[in-house]
Amino acid sequence: MNETRSPYVGLSSRDAFGKALVEVGTADARVVALTADLGSSVRVAEFARHFPERTFNFGVAEQDMMGAAAGLALGGKMPFVTTYAVFASLRAAEQARTDVAYGNLPVRICASHSGLSIGPGGPTHHSTEDVAIYRTMPNMTVIVPADGVEAAAATRAIADLPGPAYLRLSRAKESTVYTMEDHFAIGVANTVRAGHDLTVIACGSCVGRSLQAAESLSQEGIEVQVVDMATVKPIDRQAIEEAAKATGAILTAEEHTVIGGLGSAVAEVLAEAGLGIRFKRLGLQDCFATTAPYEELLALYGLDARGIAQSVHELLAKSQTS
Amino acid sequence: MHKRTYEEVLADMSQDEQVRQLRNIAVDIREDIVRLGRDCAGGVHLGGCLSLAEILSVLYFAILRVDPRNPGWPERDRLVLSKGHGNLALCAALARRGFFPLEELRGFNTLGSPYSMHADMHRVPGVEASAGSLGHGLPISVGLALASRINAAPWRVYCILSDGEMMEGSSWEAMMSAAHYGLHNLTAVIDRNRFSLDGPTEQIMSLEPLRTKSRAFGWRTLEVDGHDVQGLLEAFAPAPEGNRCPTMIIAHTVKGSGVSFLEGRTESHFGQLTPQQAEQALAELGRARAHIAGEGAAP
Repeated sequence: MNETRSPYVGLSSRDAFGKALVEVGTADARVVALTADLGSSVRVAEFARHFPERTFNFGVAEQDMMGAAAGLALGGKMPFVTTYAVFASLRAAEQARTDVAYGNLPVRICASHSGLSIGPGGPTHHSTEDVAIYRTMPNMTVIVPADGVEAAAATRAIADLPGPAYLRLSRAKESTVYTMEDHFAIGVANTVRAGHDLTVIACGSCVGRSLQAAESLSQEGIEVQVVDMATVKPIDRQAIEEAAKATGAILTAEEHTVIGGLGSAVAEVLAEAGLGIRFKRLGLQDCFATTAPYEELLALYGLDARGIAQSVHELLAKSQTS
Repeated sequence: MHKRTYEEVLADMSQDEQVRQLRNIAVDIREDIVRLGRDCAGGVHLGGCLSLAEILSVLYFAILRVDPRNPGWPERDRLVLSKGHGNLALCAALARRGFFPLEELRGFNTLGSPYSMHADMHRVPGVEASAGSLGHGLPISVGLALASRINAAPWRVYCILSDGEMMEGSSWEAMMSAAHYGLHNLTAVIDRNRFSLDGPTEQIMSLEPLRTKSRAFGWRTLEVDGHDVQGLLEAFAPAPEGNRCPTMIIAHTVKGSGVSFLEGRTESHFGQLTPQQAEQALAELGRARAHIAGEGAAP
């Protein structure tokens, strides 16, 4: 099994989620899927074809959907709630916090079109605060898979959690990071590339682009370690401390505001551990993104492979001069 | 000797006796609210608790299939108190129904007490869903009713709403989805006491015509005097055969009901009673109890 190439290679995280949801629903009859008129977009359509009696469309009404998910969980079901990340984290935030998280209920909030992946959709549809919002909710597990393979593994993993989880999915196809599914465990960071000069700690689509950046930097003789921090909460403190001690410099990369997300979580660990290393948070610098095709937005905000490599250079230069 | 269950006692009562019993329990609940409204830490929602007394009495002592000795009984009916600020009234009803000793309510709102201002399922047996933020309970009830239906389970879902929370959009989202999914296993009750925190609802944000709106949203809608036990029993009776709609009971109530100086007043929304106020309130409730007994004695 461990030797097998995953059938999810090459799928976007949302496509992989949709397929894995069918697997999870086949294995466990308690699984129900909820959507708010975005079923095809968040890839619940396949689950709906297999299990129409376990699929509920709430129309354009995210608060009702999130509250009903809590009710379904109270009634013994295992709801997977699907919508766009911006709506999951903002429109239905209070239901997620008070009904789901305070209830400590097994509701899985699976949110697509995260970050800038809807590109020209603009700030009304970009989701650049969702990780920060969900990370502050007690009882909540927050997972940002790097690619389709990891999204499938995460979908299966959260099905086994006793409490709630937030799974952040992308509209865009991430570059392939994994070909096998055996690496994933909730709360455990995964080093996807070894290196001794600096560590990039990334999540979601930024993992693949950090790997591309690392390859190009290697041509220049800079060896960057890349850590996939798919579980932003609970965060793998040990992996962060080890990376800090081993490489002395950490760059975080996320498709999210630098306030409250992965970068903040890593900074909290470093500060509390007394590790005053060179450090930079790459992401949206407390701004709303503009509108453009996704790839152009990534380049504009320094979140493409070239931008990540440039941030590595800047951080290393700072290391040498300080 | 076998101690008879509440259900066994109930089965032996005539209908008149049952109605008197339920009215007396409503007085019990009001007395609990008054005493704890005096003794609690930091105040409670007096007006919106008092208006619930008959609704809770009828539900817990005549309608709901629950087992106080086994609060997690899988086939129990579920009641969601969406107006979670009515928790004191709910806790009084649960205690009176035998979920926990009434004395446990002493220390209401204090550190370490499981009983406080808003409903909390983690700490109080018999509370099905935590609530307090308005507009949450009806969506939760929709989910519960769906779960019951998926399992072809026999249990029903009841949801008590405040009229104020019908100003929340999420309540109307759930009005739509409950009707869309034909959740005839769901009954909602609006405690229509006509006041929200800031004042009369029709001045704050008009809710009327509420019955017309509820019907237009696809609900089987009934109106009843929310302090008339007999009327409530009839409203909670099973819907006609073949009904596929959720049921909405608009229960017209008086905020602060049963305590003259709290009735129909914005100021009764929240507060703490002085010993003198509590004494007066208990005297009034004592007269109400005597009145019920007097009616029973009449031929």
